[in-house]
Amino acid sequence: MSTSTAESNYLEYEGRHSGLLGWLLSTDHKRVAILYLVSMVTFFFAGVSAGFVMRLVQLTPFHKLITAQTYNALFTFHGVVMIFLFVIPGLNAVFGNFILPIIIGAKDVAFPRLNLASWYFFIGGALIAVTALFTGNGPPDTGWSFYAPFSIKSGTNVSLGVFAAFILGFSSMLTGINFVTTIHRLRAPGMTFFKMPLFPWALYATSWMQILATPVLAVTLVLVILERAFGIGVFDPAKGGDPVLYQHMFWMYSHPAVYIMILPAMGAISEILPTFSQRTIFGYKAIAGSSIAIAGFGSLVWAHHMFTSGMSAFGNILFSFLTMVVAVPSAIKVFNWIATLYKGSVNFQPPLLYALSFIFLFSIGGMTGVWQGALALDVHLHDTYFIVGHFHYVMFGGTGFAFFAALLYWFPKMFGKMYSNTAAYVAWFFLFIGFNGLYFTMLVLGMQGMPRRYYAHLPQYHLGHVIATVGSWVLILGLLLFFGSLLYAVFRGKKASANPWHGVTLEWTVPSPPPVENFDEIPEVSQGPYHFPSEVAL
Amino acid sequence: MSEISTQPNDHPTAHPSYRTVITVWVALVVLTGCLVFLSHFGLRAAVWGLLTITPVKAALVFYFFMHLRYEDPLLKGVMLVAIITLLIFLVLLFSDVAFA
Amino acid sequence: MSTESHAHAVHRDDFGAKLGMWLFLVTEINLFGGLFIAYSYMRHKYPAEFHHGGAELNATLGVTNTIVLLTSSLTVVLAIMAMQRGKAALSRAYLLTTVGFGITFLVIKTFEWSAKFHHGLYPSAPHLGTLPHGEQIFFGLYFTMTGLHGLHVLVGMCLLFVISNLVKSGKITQSKYVLLENGGLYWHLVDVIWIFLLPLFYLAA
Repeated sequence: MSTSTAESNYLEYEGRHSGLLGWLLSTDHKRVAILYLVSMVTFFFAGVSAGFVMRLVQLTPFHKLITAQTYNALFTFHGVVMIFLFVIPGLNAVFGNFILPIIIGAKDVAFPRLNLASWYFFIGGALIAVTALFTGNGPPDTGWSFYAPFSIKSGTNVSLGVFAAFILGFSSMLTGINFVTTIHRLRAPGMTFFKMPLFPWALYATSWMQILATPVLAVTLVLVILERAFGIGVFDPAKGGDPVLYQHMFWMYSHPAVYIMILPAMGAISEILPTFSQRTIFGYKAIAGSSIAIAGFGSLVWAHHMFTSGMSAFGNILFSFLTMVVAVPSAIKVFNWIATLYKGSVNFQPPLLYALSFIFLFSIGGMTGVWQGALALDVHLHDTYFIVGHFHYVMFGGTGFAFFAALLYWFPKMFGKMYSNTAAYVAWFFLFIGFNGLYFTMLVLGMQGMPRRYYAHLPQYHLGHVIATVGSWVLILGLLLFFGSLLYAVFRGKKASANPWHGVTLEWTVPSPPPVENFDEIPEVSQGPYHFPSEVAL
Repeated sequence: MSEISTQPNDHPTAHPSYRTVITVWVALVVLTGCLVFLSHFGLRAAVWGLLTITPVKAALVFYFFMHLRYEDPLLKGVMLVAIITLLIFLVLLFSDVAFA
Repeated sequence: MSTESHAHAVHRDDFGAKLGMWLFLVTEINLFGGLFIAYSYMRHKYPAEFHHGGAELNATLGVTNTIVLLTSSLTVVLAIMAMQRGKAALSRAYLLTTVGFGITFLVIKTFEWSAKFHHGLYPSAPHLGTLPHGEQIFFGLYFTMTGLHGLHVLVGMCLLFVISNLVKSGKITQSKYVLLENGGLYWHLVDVIWIFLLPLFYLAA
């Protein structure tokens, strides 16, 4: 049943093109978001498969399953796919695209055709990455960070792999340009910056980082390709080049990149918590400001990935200090989120459960990050499984779980259907247990001294590896349950109402699923974003 | 049909005159000449020229040719953010390199 | 089946288009900025060799190219001013002149590069391999940065050529010329980058 006689929703709409072409050529931000969602989840499971095999190799009977060379290629593949094809686009590409125009009261983004082009850059980069696996001298084996001088010397398909990342960067930059312009130009009348909800604030800060930092990576990757092809020498010690320069330039992007990964996630959490507490967010301006602060300070700390690379003592100390500072705005958010729940009318639903898990898991990730920022600790922890545990806690426990939470939150809006709560809770159980079994163990292994990116391990680490691998199986089961139940709900779920969670931001005022142009009439906004009518004044 | 909320300075009210743009071009050529002149006095003078004259030339292009002088403060802010970011990268990089 | 024709986002927002273009220019600035950072790092490491390498470059050609680009920036501004005054043919003439200056720039650059190849001063050349490390890095950066810049000059020329055709066909008019402005912005940025490249390689090296 369509919501009005004239306007069908965006899923059913047939314009100039019908069927699959209607999706592949659509400039409707909602369809572009679904294109991203489908492709990203596909890539995610490709990355999961690589991880599954990697963990299997650490079990004795499967140790000779693959060669060491293949293992190196696998963790490179796992990193490239997960980071460039899932976490960096992340909530930005899916929920930024779907929700941003609606939540600010617009009919689409500022540049709809550029938006579709961004998705094609994304797919193009992905296809090039896949090509790099099967052509030339085999898949890159340098790790996703492509460190010089090995990336210059390695006989594998590094140039193509690096070129894939270069193309993917365009997707990120163009999305950033689109979102900044959208937020500046298309907010509904009356919606000043400080009446804007926190998800667009997070997207705004993220988009700036995408614009400013991605080009530095682009040029670094171009230099790697030129180095390999023409031997220009900047990263090659034999010609007077410096591999440490590569690290500086690489991390100048790749550190802000982790904030690109986490800020939209935090923005989604800032939307979920008020809705399920039925009260306004605690410290709106602090959270908005902390998003900008994270973007700003996050650009100042890149060399904390390089403490053991031979930097000067002064450089090490300065970056260590700045790393401690950047933790503060994130902590502000955590405290404000928890305070939001206080005396709220808590509606316990799957999105809230996953959001609370985010806070827990991200806090562990954030805190382990601070420990790594301490120079004396990092000397021991660098390039161990501790680092691997840390970044999986923030990227997966953080962005990953926030992605799940956002998907559960906005699912009814996006598809007009409701999923099974039971399935979401059961999936959570496996996800949470499996996740901690896998990654907490890695933190311990790292502290015990197990190096990362190693094909084999000493006997003393074996128990930890077994526990971690079993954890990975539980985790994967949770992932299959989670996505399986949502996929089922897309086609067979019960119909959802326009506002099943009693949210008060603008996306809940349009039908589920929304019509093509979102609003019949652009709304006028007169009050702040989290004004709950039933809220009891504290 | 929706209207975009009116934003300040959608259409800049001023444009440079012919005289202004020609003067700017002459200034750019003259400054280039100064740069060349300075470079004949050795490396130090040349580097000082690089650090002072070149940003002025760039600023003239941004302000007059690229119309930034007459545009909404938002665009000026955008450029400022870009330049500050690069400066921060450079300064922080040298905080390590200079002490190596 | 929808009964409405999908008048998708028919609103026109010139300022938004300009804002988007400026944000794109930020990405270009940071792209070259990364290379400037690499240059600074290496120059700090090899001050004497960079000086020596710079002496090998033809400053006259470098300065000539600078004047060429500065003048091309002027002609692009004149193209916009002509359009603002409703003079489409004049605007188009200025645009094509700008493209002409771009061609001049690239021709001079080709001469420069050929001379370097002839003297064995290109990446991985046997002769270059005998020179001190710092000079090898200098020339590696020289070809990378002027090469990337030259690529942008080429792109800018194509862009301006397409825009001149849009002027000819009447798609850009006195009341609707934001595309022309945006094309001009791209070209000016290409000019600004060269303004920095000149002293870095030819004069203050």
